[in-house]
Amino acid sequence: MELMQELATYVSAHWPRLLGLTVQHLKLALTAVFYGVLVGVPIGYVISRYRKLAEPVLWVANALQTIPALALIGFVMLFLGLSPATGIFCLFVYTLMPIIRSTHTAIISLDPALIEAAEGMGMTRWQILRIVQLPLALAVMMVGIRLAVVMSIGTASIMSLGGAGGLGSEIFAGIDRVQDKMILAGALPAALLAIFADLGMGALERWLTPRGLRQA
Amino acid sequence: MITWQKLARLTLEHLTLSLSAVLLAIAVAVPAGILLSRSRRLADPVITVVGLFQTLPAIALLAFMIPLMGIGTKPALTALFLYALLPILSNTCKGLLGVDPSVKEAARGMGMTPLQMLLTVELPLAFRVIMSGIRTSTVLIIGWATLGAYVGAGGLGEPIVSGYAMVSPKLILAGGVPVTLMALLADFLLGRLERKVTPRGLQV
Repeated sequence: MELMQELATYVSAHWPRLLGLTVQHLKLALTAVFYGVLVGVPIGYVISRYRKLAEPVLWVANALQTIPALALIGFVMLFLGLSPATGIFCLFVYTLMPIIRSTHTAIISLDPALIEAAEGMGMTRWQILRIVQLPLALAVMMVGIRLAVVMSIGTASIMSLGGAGGLGSEIFAGIDRVQDKMILAGALPAALLAIFADLGMGALERWLTPRGLRQA
Repeated sequence: MITWQKLARLTLEHLTLSLSAVLLAIAVAVPAGILLSRSRRLADPVITVVGLFQTLPAIALLAFMIPLMGIGTKPALTALFLYALLPILSNTCKGLLGVDPSVKEAARGMGMTPLQMLLTVELPLAFRVIMSGIRTSTVLIIGWATLGAYVGAGGLGEPIVSGYAMVSPKLILAGGVPVTLMALLADFLLGRLERKVTPRGLQV
């Protein structure tokens, strides 16, 4: 209880800085997801067209995902130094697997009859992708993107080690100085951010599902 | 800088910490998942609540443990255990709920008791999905156990953490390379096991 009071005093004294860290944290995670979508969605689409590529590409993405975050920061730091770029790159690596896999699943599980109908209507390959495949696949792809967002926000908490700032700097400062209130002042907003992002992305996922595919 | 003996000791510490957390999580999550799968209405809210733990950043969950339990192996083990629960719980549930209802009906028609059905029909059919949850958890926990060094739990995070503090890439690699290999190896071996436990009729 005492700790809660200390926390409240601490937060009310330092809230502008904490807010700044929260914004930095969110920006870090979302930038990584942005690049993840930019790279992962095309890869996912390509491996759903050229099925032979699917297994090796997914294997590599899975292996990358397996690298422990604390170690990956160290590896990446050798090349990018102590900078936000290191944090963004590490998080980007982790977003690839869920985004590639969900895009791949989304495209290959589309009903082939729909594609055939679109072809029969004389649509070009690009039109089929844009008007038929993407809208129908979007809901499934969103599952992967949602996972990537939540994971990135969570993992971003340790990216301060690589010089990327964010709420992790508060948590680690609290651990170093054995200040529970500082740990909580960093950890609570990070947790809330992840929970709200999960809820928000869930709502977006439902909203993006074409009406015909929604379950009652 | 770091001797082979020390590295071996840290690797062993890391493995012990990770495996204990995962084994504890299996002991709790598999029975809980079996119970939950008996009632779909109960399953959804429980999985949502456990899912909240998963959205907590790992370092935050670990840091929360310090005010509650102090430092050492205990807070690290508790945090990792909580973190390992969700994939196993939700996959146990998903696996059991995903068993074809007609197979269950056939089993019931053969006069099997609910326990016989569970042990001889449902669990074997759901085993692959459960194993894949265990695999996810194990890889995740081997990675996050590195953070245990921050709460004094030792393991391969120790050189990594001092490496960050002293800006020594060598130390970071000394812990980072073995822990990455350990995670990759665990993923590979559990992947093999996953295929092996798949009933022959379900293998593709």
